[in-house]
This record gives sequence, structure tokens and C-alpha cells, in this order.
Amino acid sequence: MNKIEKVKTIIIEKPLKLDCGQTISNFPLAYETYGKLSEKKDNAILAFHALSGDQFVTGTNPITKKNGWWSYLVGPNKAIDTNKFFVICANVIGGCMGSYGPSSVDPKTNKKLGTNFPVITINDMVNAQYNLLDFFKIDKLFSIMGGSMGGMQVLQFVANFPNKTRTAIPIACAASHSAQNIALNELGRQAIMADNNWKKGDYLNLDNSPDKGLSVARMAAHITYLSQKSLQEKFGRKLQERDDLKFSFDADFQIESYLRHQGSAFVDRFDANSYLYITRAMDYFDLVKQYKGSLSDAFRGSKVKFFIISFTSDWLYPTSENKEIVIALNAAGADVGFIEITSDKGHDSFLLDVPEFLNSVKNFLEINY
Amino acid sequence: MKKEFKIISELIEENKRMLDVGCGDGILMKHLKDNKNVDTRGLEISKNNVQICISKGLSVIEGNAEKDLQQFPDLSFDYAILSQTLQAFYNPEKVIDDLLRVANKAIVTIPNFGYWKVRMHLFFKGTMPVTKHLPNEWYNTPNLHMCTIKDFVNFCAQKKINLFRSLALHEEKVSEINSKNLNFKNLLSELGIFLIEK
Repeated sequence: MNKIEKVKTIIIEKPLKLDCGQTISNFPLAYETYGKLSEKKDNAILAFHALSGDQFVTGTNPITKKNGWWSYLVGPNKAIDTNKFFVICANVIGGCMGSYGPSSVDPKTNKKLGTNFPVITINDMVNAQYNLLDFFKIDKLFSIMGGSMGGMQVLQFVANFPNKTRTAIPIACAASHSAQNIALNELGRQAIMADNNWKKGDYLNLDNSPDKGLSVARMAAHITYLSQKSLQEKFGRKLQERDDLKFSFDADFQIESYLRHQGSAFVDRFDANSYLYITRAMDYFDLVKQYKGSLSDAFRGSKVKFFIISFTSDWLYPTSENKEIVIALNAAGADVGFIEITSDKGHDSFLLDVPEFLNSVKNFLEINY
Repeated sequence: MKKEFKIISELIEENKRMLDVGCGDGILMKHLKDNKNVDTRGLEISKNNVQICISKGLSVIEGNAEKDLQQFPDLSFDYAILSQTLQAFYNPEKVIDDLLRVANKAIVTIPNFGYWKVRMHLFFKGTMPVTKHLPNEWYNTPNLHMCTIKDFVNFCAQKKINLFRSLALHEEKVSEINSKNLNFKNLLSELGIFLIEK
């Protein structure tokens, strides 16, 4: 984890009052940028990452050595052309890629914070990232965008700062987390907490980690990012490097082996406590409640041009939930476009090579720039 | 731009707010936005057309008028446009109600089933009419509720909908429809264009 010390960070001195009541200040926010900020500072795009993402949007992630999570969308000559746009992305607070989170050290005790880290919300994440505008001296962003939890941050950003972006693209998200999504997140959290190595969140100070628990959490979550059809087509009942069933609990099926791999690869790059905190923030997200039952009030008077995108096979944040946002925007008289992209790739579609999706984002940005 | 759209855009005043229901590839919206500074929104069922509209910078929502008009608040537009799609709805009456709820005025155009060629087709051939404005066969037509210009005029009278302007289009020529020439226009026009108000 020492490598993380090399990532770019700003120290946010200004006190930030969190929704839980605590105030934090002098905390680090890790970020990365792609492309060049224009002289007029009118080409900046703030991208928000999802649950397991980080600030490394594209290119090779210097920590994991894998491709950035939005490599299909962002980069030179890609849909979001970094020859033209300046893309900024920060690691959310609560995360584990350099921003203030449960793996940060408490200066008073010199120990890792663990569960002494305050419970944060999507609103807190957005308010922390807003400081990037001051840092880059950007008065108004050209666009903000993100999928899944990133989309929630987009909605919260516009609600909090209605005049600070020209356009907004919330993708595959919802204005409040559904019971199904809370249930799935709880499953992941319980898997982590059931691991004996979790030690009530103090594992980092004991040089240990609840890898099994985090791995199971990731395996369960990973299934929810795919669709029944894509699983069936990709894996079916194919066996893993064997001719027949072994009558054991080894990974007989390819899908088992695949999930185990997803789980173990995840623990190498992600902190279990961060997983708890970030999923909690998602569960607490309810923009409808924040605006006393009227989601439209979150966007009333907003001049932001919205483009909402959902995917046909996404059952985690289905089109109906994305459409709730469209309806609220229309009811507020806001400027909104909406499309449901046909894709078999489930919720993960927004991260994958789905040309129709990539083209929509490209076209929307190009014409509005 | 086709003649029908030229007529519609002449009926719309500058700087107004307009919802194009079934906006297709957005030709009319783009024209009104660029030339009359109209604040336009679109509702379109075809994903491909929505993509085209988005790439033209138009704010279009993918959706179905029968379900998705509900989401717009009362009188949120000055005009609602419905071009040659009324006959394809399950419940055209409800759609007209919704158009006049979300907008002050609506412009509705209908392919006229009373046009003489349509009548002759059915009369002489004895099969369902296929014409320029009604290009489909009976088994694959999206049209569920065909009507004539006269039917629509009667409908408006019955529903106490004010017919602000009634225009007939035949081979690129536009003319006013009034109570005296109604039967005549109903026979000789391919398309009816109505500016209505509740």
C-alpha cells in the first residue's frame, strides 16, 4: 500500500461538516487528471467513480497496473477525447486510493482509523470533491458524469451546486437506493464482518486483513453487475480445466473459477473497511428524502443540460429507476435527454465496450461543447 | 423539410416552449430551435432517432407518448406537436387530453382516411387502402385508429376543443378548412393540420 503515497493529492484545509455531524479538515483528497485545461478553463469534466473505482480513469493504473476503469470511454481520440477535454477524477473520501478513508492514520493515536472513520454519505463525497474546482480555479465545469455510484454523485453535485456545470450525465443510477440494492450491499458487508480477520475493523493495525470476507462480498456483487443472459452465454455450464465433475467443492464450473478470480483480484487492490463505508454511503443515498419527498425540487431552476442513460439488461439500477430521475427533471422544467441503451452486459455496460453507449456520450459532448 | 413541417413551423410563434411528441429525427425541432428560438423538447419511441436527436444537440427523451406524457406538468409548454401519429395510439382520446394538459395549444396532423383515393381504393379494389401517406398493409400497419378530417373536426366539437386553425394539405398546396367546405376538403386532402386549444 506504500505505493499509494505517490498519488497526487490535495490537502483540504477548509473544514467540511459531514452529514453524520462530525467536521473534518486538513484531509487528503487523491486525484488524477487527463488532458489539458484550456486557457478559458471551459473544457473540464469531473468524472465520479463507482463503488470499486478510483481516480485512475484511463491509461494504466499505476497501482494495479491494469487499465483504468473508464478506458473505453476516456482517452485520446476516444468518446471523451482527452486531446480536447480536461478530465478530473478524485478518489472518494472513504476510499482506499489516497483519499481520507478508514485506512488513513489517526495523528492522535498514530494508528489506522478503521471503524473510527466517520460514516460518510454521497453528499459528503461530493462536497469534498467540490474543492477541486477551487484548486484548478475552474469557475464552471463543462460536464460532470459517472455511472452507478458515480451517477448518484452527479445528481448530488447538481443539487448542491446548480450553477457549477453546464452539462451532466448520470448513467445507470438512481435517485435513492432501492431495498434490493441495500440488501445486496448488506450481504457484502456481512461477509466482511463475518471474517475473523476483520477484528471489528482494526485489522490494519494488526497486520492482517479479512480477505475471504471481502472476496465473497466482491463475488456476490460481481454477479449483480452482469445479466443472466451474459452469464449464460459466456459460461453456461462449461467446466474449468476438467472433463467431468469431480464430486467435490472445488471450482468445477468456469463461472465458479471466474468469480473466485474476481474475488481474489479485488482484495489485492481494495480495503475491506472502505467497502463497508462506501456501500453504506450508497445505501444512505436518498435524494428524494433530502428534498422532502419531491425529487424535482433538487433540480428546480437548474440550467444544467442533462443526459440520462440506462441499459436494458441492468437489473441493479433498472431503466425504471433512471426514468424516475427523468420524470423529476421534466417536472422541474429542466433540460433533459434520455436514452435506454440496448445491451446484454448488465449493469457493467457503462464500463464496457458498448459502442452505442460510447457514441451517445461522444455525440452529446461534442454538440454541446 | 417537408411541407407539413413548414406549415407547422409557421403556426408557432418565436421564443416559445414546444414539445414534439414523436419527434422522429428532430428535423422540425432543430428548425424551430435555430430559426425561431423555440425552446424545444422531444419524446421519441425509436432509440435510433433519439440518438440522432442527441447528436443534433436536441433534448429528447426515449419514451412512448401514451405512458410518458403523464410525467410532464400541466401547461409546461406553449405548444405540443403530434405529427401523423394520433392514429397509432391505443387511446387517441387520452393522448389529445394529455397534449392539451401539458401545453396551451396543440398542433395535430392526421393522414386523411376520407381522401378520395383512399375511398376509391376500398370501393373499387375492395382491399385496405395503401397510399403515399398510408404505406402499410393491413397486417403490418401501426395504425389502429384511422380517421378522416371530418371525424377529427366532429371529435373536437364533441369534446369542446377549440379548432384555432384547420388546414388541409394536398400535393404541397395548403388551404383553410371551414364549415362550408368541410365535405369538399375531406374528399380532396391527403393531410389535415389542426391547431387546437382546450
